Amino acid sequence: MTPSPTGTRADVRKTYKLYIGGAFPRSESGHTYEAVDAKGRFLANAALASRKDARDAVVAARGAFGGWSGRTAYNRGQVVYRVAEVLEDRRAQFVEAVQRSEGVSARQASATVDASVDRLVWYAGWADKVDQVVGGSNPVAGPYFNLTAPEPTGVVAVLAPQASSLLGLVSVVAPVIVTGNTAVVVSSFRRPLPAVTFGEVLATSDVPGGVVNLLTGDATSIGPWLAAHMDVNAIDLAGLAGDAVLSAQHEVAAADNLKRVVRAPAAEPDWAAEPPLTAMTAFLETKTVWHPRGI
Amino acid sequence: MARTELEYAPAPESRSIVDIRASYGLFVGGEFVDGHGSSFKTVNPATEEVLAEVAEADERDVDLAVKAARRAYDRVWSRMPGAERAKYLFRIARIIAERSRELAVLESIDNGKPIREARDVDVPIVAAHFFYYAGWADKLKHSGYGETPLGVAAQVIPWNFPLMMLAWKVAPALACGNTVVLKPAETTPLTALLFAEICQQAELPPGVVNIVTGAGATGQALVGHPDVDKVAFTGSTEVGKAIARTVAGTDKRLTLELGGKAANIVFDDAPLDQAVEGVVNGIFFNQGHVCCAGSRLLVQESVAEEVLHRLKRRMATLRVGDPLDKNTDVGAINSPEQLARIRELSAAGEAEGAERWTAPCQLPDTGWWFAPTLFTDVTQAHRIAREEIFGPVLSVLTFRTPAEAVAKANNTPYGLSAGIWSDKGSRILQVASQLRAGVVWANTFNQFDPTSPFGGYKESGQGREGGRHGLEAYLR
Repeated sequence: MTPSPTGTRADVRKTYKLYIGGAFPRSESGHTYEAVDAKGRFLANAALASRKDARDAVVAARGAFGGWSGRTAYNRGQVVYRVAEVLEDRRAQFVEAVQRSEGVSARQASATVDASVDRLVWYAGWADKVDQVVGGSNPVAGPYFNLTAPEPTGVVAVLAPQASSLLGLVSVVAPVIVTGNTAVVVSSFRRPLPAVTFGEVLATSDVPGGVVNLLTGDATSIGPWLAAHMDVNAIDLAGLAGDAVLSAQHEVAAADNLKRVVRAPAAEPDWAAEPPLTAMTAFLETKTVWHPRGI
Repeated sequence: MARTELEYAPAPESRSIVDIRASYGLFVGGEFVDGHGSSFKTVNPATEEVLAEVAEADERDVDLAVKAARRAYDRVWSRMPGAERAKYLFRIARIIAERSRELAVLESIDNGKPIREARDVDVPIVAAHFFYYAGWADKLKHSGYGETPLGVAAQVIPWNFPLMMLAWKVAPALACGNTVVLKPAETTPLTALLFAEICQQAELPPGVVNIVTGAGATGQALVGHPDVDKVAFTGSTEVGKAIARTVAGTDKRLTLELGGKAANIVFDDAPLDQAVEGVVNGIFFNQGHVCCAGSRLLVQESVAEEVLHRLKRRMATLRVGDPLDKNTDVGAINSPEQLARIRELSAAGEAEGAERWTAPCQLPDTGWWFAPTLFTDVTQAHRIAREEIFGPVLSVLTFRTPAEAVAKANNTPYGLSAGIWSDKGSRILQVASQLRAGVVWANTFNQFDPTSPFGGYKESGQGREGGRHGLEAYLR
């Protein structure tokens, strides 16, 4: 960069790092790649996450699962709402990040950030309602109390959408964590920077370390390791939209421990639409508890 | 010991109620047809008597069955109002109840399970399951899962509860407007073929239910068929994984109900006699051929000696033998292959250092049998603590604290069921919430009901059968 000619101040630029276990490490591989804007201009060097980073992230996510899933639903709702608050607080920063990453107008970027905040608020409210919508008592033909309730499936790998770098990301991460799962997320490869900044939002929003772990890099190279990882319970293949062959390969690998799989759609969906309930239930188990009645 | 006081005179159920044909074809398009493949024999595991020759469906037969199902789906079943579909299912439920004794006897003969269980558990649940889902057929808009059927469902079921597994698969599929091609297990096809006759009696439109008998190759042809919209499988985790790989990259929906290695946890405050009854029922029900069997007993150290004492005393009273005897508690092992697996794993238990105890009982000379067995001094590393034995073999481990019990219970890739025995409500609820299993029985075990969702966490499967939740697998 050229030195400032007449005393104008050189800005202090951010190092874009990974977000694992509540910390912001560089990739253990030491690799970075150039993140560019829609016109191909250099934005920053992003960390190129390796398979070992992915494994570290799974360890962090597993470690955080007991505590996070054990929180009350009310508390998880509050934490996700807090994420929305902090995102709103950094609105201008995210509008610029989305604008530059996705090459959209300032107005479109504003609408995207607004929708992302609203999406988080929508999911925050679900935390203590989804149980009642999908669970309930079962009138068994005998003297038994019988109750069915959802529980989080565990550690969820999320290959985030490639095009929608913020709204898409929020839309695949929020349903995973609001229900008590923990997440290992691979960001959009070409548009990774909003994800890193979103990690900073999470880190300052009372989300315990390890609940969301964000990896920047290539989903097609990290994804297979996560799909085959025996301590990952589910995988969302959203980031492989349009690549049926690769999606199928991930699904085959995921069968090694029978992960719950959300298949890649034929094309990236319109993330502005209200999500279906299945966005959450895909990562929920159903537990039924019986107990005899009697005096 | 005073065993003579417990001797019972034989009380055999008559098998004259069932009429087993010498040979069976496939049930396709509402009729029994000859297959293009070869045939196989189904055998009474208690006597080794050949019961019938059954057609083995090849790829062509499977294709014809799928075509018949597709035709019935397009032309009749998906267009029929739910209220009309419901009435066919109610008819089926009623005919099952009418022919319940016949079904129970046939199930016992073909499977080896005690008539008491086939009569009092399997068949009543089957009738209830059809009755329950019949009522959903015209109420799907309230299900929360949409009200559009998927199309043709490929369903592959195991040999341990042949008719019950058929009901769990067929009833919700039909209620939702799907048509089915069902493959029963190769060692237990007869009640499914009798069910085909029931479909005829109910005048179910041809092609709505198709039954193709055969072994693994038939199942592979069915789940891999390109015109199938839905695959539902109950069986081993190994085959479940293979099926998951087969349907990868397709639009087929998949539900799996697979293996288990359930922990049955007995705390020191449990009512011990009830707990022992529950432990016995948990592992010896249906010869232990139960995916949700309580095959690992976790007993709190302070009561371990007492529990083991009472458990052995109770096991010594189990009557093993003729499945058709109404006094029999433990019947025959379903196949020589399964018996070999139980023997192999039990031998591994001894070789790895666990102590084996076998209930004193006289086993019949013909047929396939395994006496109720328990292992003590079992560690979590032993194969008998990790692998599904699927037989009347109980592995006993101990624990000191609730946290240790939960950690040991969850230390398995499976997650189908679990049991808790305690008189302390808060402890039951806390432990139940920490167990990673789809069904938790507290102060009871092996309870099933059509309204109650059943299915596993982790490698025990995906999706649920039973209840409103069971509709999800067949709707969009």
